[in-house]
Amino acid sequence: MPSATDSSPALPGGQRPVPPPSSAPGGGEGGRFLPSRKKGNLTDQFYGMILKLFGLTLPLLFVFIVLRIGQEARPAMEAFGFAFITSTEWNPVLREFGALPFIFGTVVSSFLALLIALPLSVGLAVFLTELAPRWLAAPIAFATELLAAIPSVVYGLWGIFVLVPFLRFTVQEPLSRRFGDTIPFFEGPAYGFSMMSGAVILSIMIIPFISAVTREVLAAVPRSQREAALALGATRWEMTWQVALPYALPGIIGGAILGLGRALGETMAITMVIGNRPDIAASLFAPGYTMASVLANEFAEATGELYLSALMEIALILFGITILVNIAAQALVWRVARRGGAA
Amino acid sequence: MTRPSPRKPPPEAHEIRPAVEAKDFSFWYGKNQALKRVSLQMPDRQVTALIGPSGCGKSTFLRSINRMNDLIPGIQHEGDITLDGDSVYRADQDVVALRKRVGMVFQKSNPFPKSIYENVAYGARVNRITSSRSELDELVERSLRQAALWDEVRDRLHSSALGLSGGQQQRLCIARALAVSPRVLLMDEPASALDPIATQKIEELVYELKEDYTIVIVTHNMQQAARVSDRTAFFFMGELIEVGRTEEIFTNPKVEQTEAYITGRFG
Ligand SMILES: Nc1ncnc2c1ncn2[C@@H]1O[C@H](COP(=O)(O)OP(=O)(O)OP(=O)(O)O)[C@@H](O)[C@H]1O
Ligand SMILES: [Mg+2]
Repeated sequence: MPSATDSSPALPGGQRPVPPPSSAPGGGEGGRFLPSRKKGNLTDQFYGMILKLFGLTLPLLFVFIVLRIGQEARPAMEAFGFAFITSTEWNPVLREFGALPFIFGTVVSSFLALLIALPLSVGLAVFLTELAPRWLAAPIAFATELLAAIPSVVYGLWGIFVLVPFLRFTVQEPLSRRFGDTIPFFEGPAYGFSMMSGAVILSIMIIPFISAVTREVLAAVPRSQREAALALGATRWEMTWQVALPYALPGIIGGAILGLGRALGETMAITMVIGNRPDIAASLFAPGYTMASVLANEFAEATGELYLSALMEIALILFGITILVNIAAQALVWRVARRGGAA
Repeated sequence: MTRPSPRKPPPEAHEIRPAVEAKDFSFWYGKNQALKRVSLQMPDRQVTALIGPSGCGKSTFLRSINRMNDLIPGIQHEGDITLDGDSVYRADQDVVALRKRVGMVFQKSNPFPKSIYENVAYGARVNRITSSRSELDELVERSLRQAALWDEVRDRLHSSALGLSGGQQQRLCIARALAVSPRVLLMDEPASALDPIATQKIEELVYELKEDYTIVIVTHNMQQAARVSDRTAFFFMGELIEVGRTEEIFTNPKVEQTEAYITGRFG
């Protein structure tokens, strides 16, 4: 535990401030380490300039991408206006373009995935950092991290051949038979390729991220905080849930949002299992469609300016949602950090 | 070297039954032996000061009393420590209950990032001492008064504990420990990170608290040991070299090493 003895009341949750790229040392610092101050300054200035250039390139690239996509999306915006995001009709042949089913598919599949992944990830992280002996924790942690290295398309194939049939025959069909008439989420025929399959595969894909972040912030909880709880007669369990996890909460939220962001943008795997039908259904067993999937599926064969433009507008919306999620996350983390009293 | 102010000499150890007693207690971190057959009686409602150079095992000894070292992998012990005659290390000892009877205040104050009120109430909540709001309010007030902090925080009980000064945070940690009504209070250099005024407050507090609690305090500050303690134990390289009435130890140490240490000839 690197920060075991650190009890500074700094940001809880092990937030490390990342210096912005443009604040790279411009000379003053570096001179100390080099024999010739003058030479050091020159070199440092040179590197400083290069770093500044890189630092400026990224925001510029960002602005450029947004502008470019916005420009491409303009015909669709003009043709449909606000109705584009409220309409559920997506019929390229009739030149009807409504994005709501895709927005619905992306948002619902991602939030469901987060709902599944968050408790599992936190549970896993707590198990690995607080309970498991070292010889067991290390290989399990390694294995979960490996999950993150599996290519998306491999997840998709596994989804098609293993996950979808499994969900269909052992989860969906029994649930549908038993609760299909009473609970709308379990209604209708079980195709396998469905919102549920999409959410499950996304959740598996984001567990490594959320649990890795959670593990890191749990390990960064100062030992003094843990000892404070134990010395007052808390059990390990109470210490974990009442002291360590709350202390790490902002970081865990950060990890969850990271996972959510990834789920929102994930394309290949979910495209292969969600069924790709632009419907809005309450049932988890019904197929859905996501923004990323429709872009991947239809872009190559999109004919006509309006069709292309509609896809571009979807891209813009996806972009917007992702940014909103990140801003919301940041705001949330700040609020939690402040409430924690790290003034 | 300052002479402690004259006051009623505390009774000898054997005149008071010990609240805590170490019997031939040895302790290892892996292969490194940190305590060597330490036998020490810490009498009821007295302050026992542990002094000695850095690394001599003071913290280790203190943390052995409430088994705080249990968390560290690869530790081993021999001998025993008893609390009111009850072995702290017996196989079926309930460590959680033990820690309720033996409160601890750490070198660096470690309040939870919660409100002042919640910090003090934590022990009561976790030990299910009371669930009634009014009883909890009373307990919080009583503990804060005991820790001489009440007047400074009564108007901001529900603001963050991290907004307090270092000295106030340390007294808050003392209040938090007292709220569990421990039998014994262990303090590991509780004032080492504080300015002289805050230190003085802590010392006065220790002096008052020994009316009700048995206190074991580690300190690097000779004057502090002389001022607050009834008995002083000098540790050196894991061994207990000398123990006796504080006045005795500071005016007339029997062992050469003790004298060298308290007169500052090494350390
Ligand atoms: N967690 C640990 N793991 C391994 N060795 C330890 C650990 N804590 C302490 N030690 C070792 O045990 C010995 C006694 O340490 P201890 O912290 O008890 O000394 P101390 O008297 O409290 O010193 P200080 O005055 O510096 O606080 C030292 O040699 C130290 O290196
Ligand atoms: Mg120490």
